[in-house]
Amino acid sequence: MTSTQTTSTTGTPDGAPYLEVTDLTVKFPTADGLVNAVSDLSYSVPLGRTLGIVGESGSGKSVSSMAVLGLHDARSARITGSIKVGGREVVGMDERDLRSLRGNTVSMIFQDALAALHPFYRVGQQLAEAYRVHHPSASKKEARARAIDMLDRVGIPSPKSRVDDFPHQFSGGMRQRVMIAMGLINDPALLIADEPTTALDVTVQAQILDLLQDLQREFNSAIIMITHDLGVIAEIADDVLVMYSGRAVEYGSTREILSHPEMPYTWGLLSSVPDVHSDTNARMIPIPGTPPSLLNPLPGCPFEPRCAHRDKVPGDLCSTTLPELRPGGRGAGHVKRCHLPDPDAIYEAEVLPEIAPDLAKEN
Amino acid sequence: MSHLRPESEPTPDDKPVLAKDEVGEAPAFDDLVEQTHTANVLDPSAKPILTVDNLKMYFPIKSGGVVRRKVGDVQAVDGISFEVPAGGSLGLVGESGCGKSTTGRLITRLYKPTGGSMRFEGHDLAQLTDKEMKPLRREVQMIFQDPYSSLNPRHTVGTIIGTPLQVHGIVPKNKVLGRVQELLEVVGLNPEHYNRYPNEFSGGQRQRIGIARALALQPKVMVADEPVSALDVSIQAQVINLMQDIQAEFGVAFLFIAHDLAIVRHFCPEVAVMYLGKIVEIGDRESIYSHARHPYTQALLSAVPDVKQAVIGGRRERIRLEGDVPSPINPPSGCRFRTRCPLAQEICAKHEPPLLQIGKRHKVACHFPGEIGKHPTEPLTARLLGVDHAGNPDPGASPSTDLDTKPGYDDTWFDLDTKTFARA
Repeated sequence: MTSTQTTSTTGTPDGAPYLEVTDLTVKFPTADGLVNAVSDLSYSVPLGRTLGIVGESGSGKSVSSMAVLGLHDARSARITGSIKVGGREVVGMDERDLRSLRGNTVSMIFQDALAALHPFYRVGQQLAEAYRVHHPSASKKEARARAIDMLDRVGIPSPKSRVDDFPHQFSGGMRQRVMIAMGLINDPALLIADEPTTALDVTVQAQILDLLQDLQREFNSAIIMITHDLGVIAEIADDVLVMYSGRAVEYGSTREILSHPEMPYTWGLLSSVPDVHSDTNARMIPIPGTPPSLLNPLPGCPFEPRCAHRDKVPGDLCSTTLPELRPGGRGAGHVKRCHLPDPDAIYEAEVLPEIAPDLAKEN
Repeated sequence: MSHLRPESEPTPDDKPVLAKDEVGEAPAFDDLVEQTHTANVLDPSAKPILTVDNLKMYFPIKSGGVVRRKVGDVQAVDGISFEVPAGGSLGLVGESGCGKSTTGRLITRLYKPTGGSMRFEGHDLAQLTDKEMKPLRREVQMIFQDPYSSLNPRHTVGTIIGTPLQVHGIVPKNKVLGRVQELLEVVGLNPEHYNRYPNEFSGGQRQRIGIARALALQPKVMVADEPVSALDVSIQAQVINLMQDIQAEFGVAFLFIAHDLAIVRHFCPEVAVMYLGKIVEIGDRESIYSHARHPYTQALLSAVPDVKQAVIGGRRERIRLEGDVPSPINPPSGCRFRTRCPLAQEICAKHEPPLLQIGKRHKVACHFPGEIGKHPTEPLTARLLGVDHAGNPDPGASPSTDLDTKPGYDDTWFDLDTKTFARA
């Protein structure tokens, strides 16, 4: 299977991308057989940029980014391909080296902050621990000062007193801020945020997204934002990777993907959520069916059984041949995995008038 | 409703591959479009089926120790009034902790309200005893947020949907199964699956089971408390379209509680915005989403991420709300939003703004109501409250007497632009 290199589109003038994932495949043996959680995934993120990864539950978004931190059980998970973080290969790295990587140069923010924070320890202790693990020479006093400094930076009011609070004494948005503070305490070059705002109110979500963007500007770190909310992607991401059934199905700059999507799955994601300012004649068009099993991948396009535009492809190409990730009609920076001959025209003529009548008229 | 094709279901005993015959052919795009709905439309002539007037729910806080004295109240819902039109839908939005779920639970009488009335077909639901309530329970049903915890894992789907039918004696015992199968078909599930357990279904399918259970008693009002927020995006649209189908077919009125402003906009022609137990703004879709006059509604709307802005390029200016929602145990004096409000002045701490009708179907509770950037500098409500601009009593002014918030809308309202009373 050939996978188009997408690095060229994201490379920054100052050199190679910080994170480079090449042909990553993750398989888990189960009682029912081998689960192909991620197949031939390639992407890259340079410093100072944000990559958004979208897809349904079970599309491999979280599995692929957990592999970046080496969080899969090395005894059971079968990982092939390469993950290079700042030039160092993560796949096959031994546990001791991984430990020096985690929370230091690469850190992760989890969705459920209440579950991710330890209920027995004070917030300050947990933050200080993350600091002292990677700075063995730092004294407890220094670590505490650092914790207070981080809490202040993520916008926790009166951090000097709140540092001695327990996680349950914080509200949902504040806990998420503590998680972000913990993730950033060692100035990581790469931050992976796994649905960091899904459980939060819109107002708090807006605060967190603003915070992440401010901190990115300050530290020039690379961010991977995993979400199923295209609105969040529109706010924060520079590039978007759409995943389905463990594979990348579309990749490009955020503006390209949201204004000229070329893959029916992306159309489905766009059409299943209404927009708060859209025309009231807009429809919510769901994606029929449910995601396919990852145990025995289909021979053709994984989205074929649910695709409403399959009849526009001649013959049985969709059910027999897996499409390659190729540039469509919109330049080399925008790649998609689909057999449709002229997707942009179909989108403008058929999909857009139903999901955004006002936009379709303007065009 | 034959078009509601059953979804495929991942069953552990079946072949793991998603076989073609199991999923059925995906419909062509045109057919798919035909199965969906555009946003629900307001019927201004619809009579209210449920009228909520000055509803209050205070949860007592007891002190510790042997004698558990009452030391305070959580004012979860504090005097809200609204109407739900027959066959229509009212949306209830707000941040977590604003009392929207409590309101839903009051209407279904899972709680007995502390005060106020809920009039439904000649009955006041707030006053009825549990025994008097029972026959009315079939008229008001609820769809819950979490499809995983709201279905009993040890009961089959047939039992779950059939129990309300038996409790209320709607159909004879030997007809229950047939009715259950009909209901399963209505919500787009395979009627042969009545003897399966909830764990055999996906999240979207479980939510359909919850809807079938609520629909079993043919209620006139359904309270949907965050019905799609636990579902995957692609499934959300399926469930919303199903609820629109049900509303069109059976004429059920919905109280739709959600924090997703875009989905509420699609489903509800009328929306009420709650903050800390009070309604701060209520109106039809156009008034709330395009002409919001309350700073909280404006902040809430500006915080919603917008997919389209990426297409146009650039970012909308966001109104940042500082801090968190204050505690409902000891809410701020005067206007409850004032601690986070960019417009707050002296009067806001002294007087609670009345919910003033400012349009044909638009009410707002603010001393300084106006469009973004055009909020008045002097409180508009001062004259009505009989105070000066700082909120101190004005001996020369006579306070308006009927500032009590009534459900529904009047024929006359206070026009913000001309500052006079206008008429329909």
